[in-house]
Order: sequence, then structure tokens, then C-alpha cells
Amino acid sequence: MLRFVVRRVLLMVPTLFIISALVYFIIDLPPGDCVTSQIDELLARGDPDAQHRAIELRHLYNLDDPLWQRYLEWVAGIFRWDFGLSCQDTVPVSELIGERMMLTLVMESATIIFIWTVSFVIGVYAATHQYQMGDYVASFVGFIGLAIPNFLLALVLLYAGKVYFGLSIGGLMDAEYIGQPMSWGKIVSVSEHLIIPVIVIGTSGTAGMIRRLRANLLDELQKQYVVTGRAKGLPPLKLLVKYPLRHAINPFVADIGGLLPDVISGSVIVSVVLSLPTTGPMLLGALKTQDVNLAATFLLFVATLTVIGMLISDLALAALDPRIRFGAKSEK
Amino acid sequence: MTDRPSDDTSGTPRRTPHYVNREPWDPYVSERLTAEQEKYYMAGQWKLMWWRFRRHRPAVAAMIFLALMYFTTLISEWIAPYDLHARHSGYIFAPPQSVHLFHEGNFVGPFVYALKTSRDLETLQRIYTPDPTKPMPLRFFCRGAPYEFWGLVHGNFHFVCPPEGGQFFWLGTDRLGRDMFSRIVYAARISLTIGLIGIALSFALALILGGLAGYYGGWVDNVVQRLTEIIKSFPHLPLWLALSAALPITWSPLLIYFGITIILALLDWPSLGRAVRSKLLSLREEDYALAAQMMGAKPGRIIGRHLLPGFMSHLIASATLSIPSMILAETALSFLGLGLRPPITSWGVLLNEATDINVVAVNWWLMLPVVPVILVILAYQFMGDGMRDAADPYA
Repeated sequence: MLRFVVRRVLLMVPTLFIISALVYFIIDLPPGDCVTSQIDELLARGDPDAQHRAIELRHLYNLDDPLWQRYLEWVAGIFRWDFGLSCQDTVPVSELIGERMMLTLVMESATIIFIWTVSFVIGVYAATHQYQMGDYVASFVGFIGLAIPNFLLALVLLYAGKVYFGLSIGGLMDAEYIGQPMSWGKIVSVSEHLIIPVIVIGTSGTAGMIRRLRANLLDELQKQYVVTGRAKGLPPLKLLVKYPLRHAINPFVADIGGLLPDVISGSVIVSVVLSLPTTGPMLLGALKTQDVNLAATFLLFVATLTVIGMLISDLALAALDPRIRFGAKSEK
Repeated sequence: MTDRPSDDTSGTPRRTPHYVNREPWDPYVSERLTAEQEKYYMAGQWKLMWWRFRRHRPAVAAMIFLALMYFTTLISEWIAPYDLHARHSGYIFAPPQSVHLFHEGNFVGPFVYALKTSRDLETLQRIYTPDPTKPMPLRFFCRGAPYEFWGLVHGNFHFVCPPEGGQFFWLGTDRLGRDMFSRIVYAARISLTIGLIGIALSFALALILGGLAGYYGGWVDNVVQRLTEIIKSFPHLPLWLALSAALPITWSPLLIYFGITIILALLDWPSLGRAVRSKLLSLREEDYALAAQMMGAKPGRIIGRHLLPGFMSHLIASATLSIPSMILAETALSFLGLGLRPPITSWGVLLNEATDINVVAVNWWLMLPVVPVILVILAYQFMGDGMRDAADPYA
């Protein structure tokens, strides 16, 4: 088991390196850099100092160094928790992103937990009540959830909330808590504001999970051992939970690998629509202004989240399923 | 045998009369097929698939709907009453005009009421009210705003034109007074084709890379496998954002359009590529592949001529299922302002106008491009499901 874990963790490192390099180069690809637009603005205002200021800024951000050198500096800095300077506000990236990353993490974990609990309950219910009203309703809701793209759902909800209920859904906490240290009130406020985004991001994932769990469990419930168990008078709950559910839950855990990228993608765009103080809107802004350090840091953060999430799902699967555990052992 | 004589009543023991069929006996009679069966057994695999697909009612309905939608993109100029960029400065944020049939109890045919403009002196907003005294009949199959059909032929024919001296904004207008309905019709051209072109590119990539990996195995396979894993494990949207932000601003809108399709394809091929690879891995061990190899066929021919047709239908079905995600991705990118840019107009570009919720709350019709997006996505999903079920006709 330990070997399995170590091997998986070691595999993460090159993956993250490749991603970080790729991302850094892509963002730097278009002509010009983040200083160009600022200087253009100064020039347009007729600032006589513009040329001088440009040289100063380019020097500050080391923009005259070749790309690979800037990349290596950035990577080296990461290990010291120093992500370079953000181009727009001339502050260290690490100061800008701290709380946003926290909130993103909270939101994404909440979404995953939401998807799991809801799809687990509904999926099991739908499978045990096949072709009954509840099953049809669940399937229908699931289908709609799959079909309506989440950012459009966010947009529609935002509109409905504004027009019919006079609510503004935007934001992740009440205004008085912004910039305040953690407190009980703040936690309550954040969790209240999380409800809508979590539902919006979670619907499509939930729909897929329900479908899969239902199908798996139905396959399992038709097997002979279930019939035998029932014939021998096993209580229904035990008959469900003890064996079929344990089998059916496997793909469920394995699926988190596919689920996580979707959730992260969804959370980026939904948080832009709902203007949540998470990484989404800032990433968008950084990409538009070619703020390489900031954007690359966000993307690396997102990639790390995904890779760690996959690792956790692999480990959970190994813990849950002895076949995978022993398979990994015998392989190495 | 069954035509029994009426000698039951005579009291003699019951006996069936001797019967001889004078027709020559055909020993294969039980194996002969009815015309229907014959048709079934002789049908090619594509025909079988079509029959199977036809049984899936929602999928057929979805296909008809999509065919109609694509057909409208061919004749957008005729359907849209106005030009894509025509601005009506007197009608900014005009609400949708409803089409009526009866005026004061009399049938006049489809008509709209003229719009009266006034200004709210407190909020300084324009208020449009229909003037119920002035019915203005719509014109059909008429000559209206001039256009260049497909940018080539000059014309001015429309199916529907605004009434003489009036306006017809069926779905309202936007902040520049452009007719939403016309814009949605024109935008379908871009939104619907970007999925097709994107999927064609991604299909080609998947065939080439998946084909190489599956046929050669070894290190080629390893490299492609790692590549697909990395791409699949990374959230697509942020990467799409980064890539489309990397498209130079100096490019023309048309180049951007192709750039975006290429970006969409670059991240989409791995799942298809994996399917190609695993199928090829198992099929290349088949005897007929070996036979072709023995006869000196080149790898390209073996893959293209002998192996691919065996699972093409599956590939097409799964490709269809990934078209909606492409359309959505384009919509999302344009919505965020990193995708297509005006004058190229897609549904996402139209929705970009709906980002400010305070504007939308007052002018709800700005949200309308959501409707075709959702309908098309749903239709593709239904059709893809039907195709996937039909893809293996021998199952």
C-alpha cells in the first residue's frame, strides 16, 4: 500500500512540471506583455514620463529576460511560497491569491460533497425503486441537469433571483465580512452564500453520478447472490448495504477523477457569472491583461487541485477495493 | 390434410382420406426467408443501423430538429428580417413585439402594433408602448433590407419583412437597437458550424494519434497515453481560457474563428483517441489484419481499409455526443469575452451582452439566445444517445 502511494505521489511531480511549463509558455505566447497596455494608456494620456516608466516597469518584472529564465525563476520561487509580482498592482501574487484560493477550495470541496451525498441518496433510491414515480422523477431531473449548461443555469438563476425575489446572489459573504478575519459569523455567512453556486456547479455532475450509480446498482441487484440472500430472509436494508452497494460504489469513487476537472471548470465560469471572490474572475482578468505570474499561479493551483483529487480518489479506491490494492502490489 | 370428409356420421371408423400434394417438394422450404427477412439479412450494416436508429423516436425527432436548424443556417438572409448589424437608433432596448391576428374583433392577418416611444423622466429610460390604434400588417415573401447572400450575391428577398413605415422586432432589440431575432438567426451559422468543424478536427487528431498508438504500441503508445492523461486530467475551461487569450488581438475575426475551433479540438481529442487506440489494439491481433500484413499491405492501408471500418460507427456516435460540449465551450468562451469577437456573431457573443445582470433584469429578452443553445444541446444529446444505441446493429 505504501509503495502504491509513493509511486502515485512521485508520478504527480513530472505531471505538474509539464503543466506549469506549458501554461507559462502559453500565457506568454501573444505579442506584447502586461506592461505594454499600461504604457499605451500612459502614452494616450500624454504622460511625458511614459518611456522612462516603461523601462522601469520592464526592469521590475524582468520582462527583458528570456522566457525560460523567467519561468525558472518563477518555479524556483514556488518552493519559497513566492509566486513573483503581479503585473497589474505590483504586489506579490501570494498576497493576492491567499483568500481566493481558500474560498475556491472550500467551494469545490462543498460541491464534491454535495454531488456525492445527493447522487448517492437519489441513485440508491432510484435503483431500489426502479420504474416507480421517484425513479422517473430522478431520471428526468438528472437529464435536465445534464442538458442545461451550468453557466447558463447560473445566469438564469441570477436573473430569476434578481427579478422575482429581489436577491442578489453574487458574492460569497455579506459585505460587512469582506476583508475581516475569520469568525463564526463569517463562516455562517459564507456557507449561506455557498448554497446557490454549489447547486449550480453540482447539477451536471450529480446527474451523471446518479445515472451511473443507478445502473451499477441495478446490475448488482439482479445477481444470484441477492436472490439467495433474500430467500434466506436477510433483512432488506442489510441485503442492500452489505454486498450490492459495496460493489456498486466502486465506480462511484473512481469517477471522482473525471468529476474533478468538470467541477473545477464549472466553478471557474460560474464564479465569473456570479462574481464570486474565488479564483475564477481573477484568473480571467489576469489572462486578459497577460499578467503571466498571476495567471500561471492560478492555473498551477487548479492543476494541483485536480492532481491531488485524483490521487485521493485512487487511494480511496485502493482502500475500498482489495483487487486494486493487491494488483498494484503484485505489479511492482 | 385438414379438409376432412363428412363420413363421420356413417358409423364407419374415422379415417383420413389419402391426400397427395401434386406440387414438387422443395427440401429447403423451412429455410426459405420471407421477403421481409430476406431484406433484413441482406441489409448492409449502415442500413441496419438506420433501422435501429429509426426506432428511437426522440432521437429521430432530435435529428429532424437539428437538420432544420442547420438548414436555416443556409438561408439565414431570407429568414432574418433585418441585417445582422443594422442599428435602429430610435429603438434601443425595444421589447419584443407580439404578433396579433385580430384587430378590434376583425381579422386582419398577422400584424403588429406600432411602437410609441416615451421617456421616463425619473429614470431616463425609454418606454415603449404598443399603439393599439395602429395595426401594421406584416409583409411576407417580400423585398426588404438588402444583403449579400453568403457575401456573394446581392439580394433583398425575405420571408418576413417589417410593415411599411414600421418596425418588427419579434424578440426585441439590444443596446444598439439591433433586432435580436435576426441576430440569433445569423449567430446560428457560427455557433452550429463551430461544433462541426471542431469535431472534424478532433476526429482527425484522434484517428491519427490514437491510430499510431494503437497500431504501433511501444514507446509511441506510451507517449500518446501520457499526453492524453495529462490533457484529460486538466480542467478544460481554464486551459481554453489561457489558449484563447493567447490568440493575438491583431488577427482578423475569421482567423480567430478558426483559432478557436483548433483550440477546442486540441483539448477534445483524447477521449476519442483512447477509444481508437483500445479498439485498434484488440483488432490488430485479428487474423484478417495479420493476413493483410502478410500480403504486404502498408500500415496506413491496414488501419484505414481493414481496421477502422470495423468500429467507425462507434466513433461517429461518440463524436456526435461530444459536439454539444464544443458548442457549449465556444458559447462559454465568447460569453466570457475570450472567444469570438464582433463582427463575427455567435450565441455566446450575443450572451456576452447579458453579463450585466442589472441590464438583463430590465431587458429580459437579452437572455433569449439561451433558448436555442439549450435546445440544440438537448437535441444533440438525444440524437447521440440514439446513435450510440444503434451503433452496434449486430448486438
